[in-house]
Amino acid sequence: MALLTAENLSLGYESRPVVADLNFTVNKGDYLCVVGENGSGKTTLMKTLLGLRPPLSGRIVPGDGLKPNEIGYLPQQTVVQKDFPASVREIVLSGCQGRCGLRPFYNKEEKRLAEENIAKMGIADLARRSFRDLSGGQQQRVLLARALCATRKLLLLDEPVSGLDPKVTEEMYRLIATLNEDGITIVMISHDIDAALRWATHILHLGNPLFFGSKREYLQSDAGKIFGAGRKEGASC
Amino acid sequence: MLGCEIFAASLSELYDKLAMYMEYPFVRHALVVGVLIALCSSLLGVTLVLKRFSLIGDGLSHVAFGAMAIAAVLNFTNQMAAVMLLTIISAVLLLRGGQSARIKGDAAVAMISVGSLAFGYMLMNIFSKSANLSGDVCSTLFGSTSILTLSARDVRLSVIFSGAVILVFVLFYNKIFAVTFDEDFAKATGTNAGVCNLLVAVVIAVIIVLAMNLVGSLLISALIIFPALSAMRLFRTFKSVTVCSAVLSVLGALTGMLIAILAGTPVGSTIVTVDAAMFGLCWGIGAVKGVIRL
Repeated sequence: MALLTAENLSLGYESRPVVADLNFTVNKGDYLCVVGENGSGKTTLMKTLLGLRPPLSGRIVPGDGLKPNEIGYLPQQTVVQKDFPASVREIVLSGCQGRCGLRPFYNKEEKRLAEENIAKMGIADLARRSFRDLSGGQQQRVLLARALCATRKLLLLDEPVSGLDPKVTEEMYRLIATLNEDGITIVMISHDIDAALRWATHILHLGNPLFFGSKREYLQSDAGKIFGAGRKEGASC
Repeated sequence: MLGCEIFAASLSELYDKLAMYMEYPFVRHALVVGVLIALCSSLLGVTLVLKRFSLIGDGLSHVAFGAMAIAAVLNFTNQMAAVMLLTIISAVLLLRGGQSARIKGDAAVAMISVGSLAFGYMLMNIFSKSANLSGDVCSTLFGSTSILTLSARDVRLSVIFSGAVILVFVLFYNKIFAVTFDEDFAKATGTNAGVCNLLVAVVIAVIIVLAMNLVGSLLISALIIFPALSAMRLFRTFKSVTVCSAVLSVLGALTGMLIAILAGTPVGSTIVTVDAAMFGLCWGIGAVKGVIRL
């Protein structure tokens, strides 16, 4: 059964739809890339998937035992976070907050989970450092570790490489690919069509024409012919 | 040698004077309540500064001023409770409207704050039976001596409310951190951010009504913001910044009150001046630390 199914979804602001009649499914183990121009509704879709804003019409059906709060999220960084005084450990641990419910403090298991994810992201040596002293790539790793504390199933990534230099961008994509190989389903918003074609298994193209399908189908579609022109499957950038 | 003796003599004179003041229960009460209020007000400072809500204290304290005027005109017996209720409602409206309101955060704060200031002053002017109106207004705005004239009931109420604020903060510390750092993430992963924000709003309102006694409505923001900003110069993790700002706030309030008692200066502005001086010091230390690290 699909992890997430979008049925006749319409998205937009104040009843002005940006995206209409959107249908797609995300299965376990998929790596879905959401591409499209600015204003095509990528971020709105993300917020709807996260349950932060209701769709104008249609619905999102979670399946395969996925609870709404079991979605990990890597947001775009906000201005507030840039000078936030918090240690790496404090931030990663806050990813466990959803598990706490009404319990005021973190328990041993949650602390262990945080340490595990810090180690997995290769930032163990930074655990005591302050978030605002880290480089952009290191900050993304911290936020990724936090997202992993919230989920073992589905990660939503909103432009995970924006503002990173090419080398760090490549590392970030590799890291995300390893997580996908470990069985975590990935939904990623990206501007970067090359990367989408290189890493993703499925493409959702928002805008006109609307497209959803596997990467192979995308390259043969009208949308893919315009945007992916001259690019082969698996071609590197 | 002579200088030393004179210094020692004046020190012991100061000590005697202080000991004499300490005999009075109202001075002891003032110190206890002052320290508790300072502790409370510093706790949420970090959150407010980071959420760009530094001026919310200002706005709400003016609301509290307006509410105080209403309560005084209507001759309420329990002024503090009435003022607190009105301030809590405004705080909830202001903080909740923050994300979606037509009128954006700072404009809403400005509107409500000057509106209730004007309204409050007008009410006091029309209905006041007091012979010294400007004195009354001045003391509500700048606190002057109201911390030294607390009734036994006010002291009890202040202690209870401060205790409640501290308890709520400790119990919700992790949630407040998660929501302050990244509200969307917290919401998406199942933290009830709405309840958390509501709680912050209520706690801030309570703190402001308490702090009006200490520094008056115009100076409350200083009590909330200065310790947090000072601590952020020195420390770089949320926990250490919070602890440091609490310590600095208590130190500032204590020093300020003692100076005010001994030198006869107004309590509120003395505390704020001490806080400002401490910020300068922390800024200097932070800058030196930064240079060393580079």
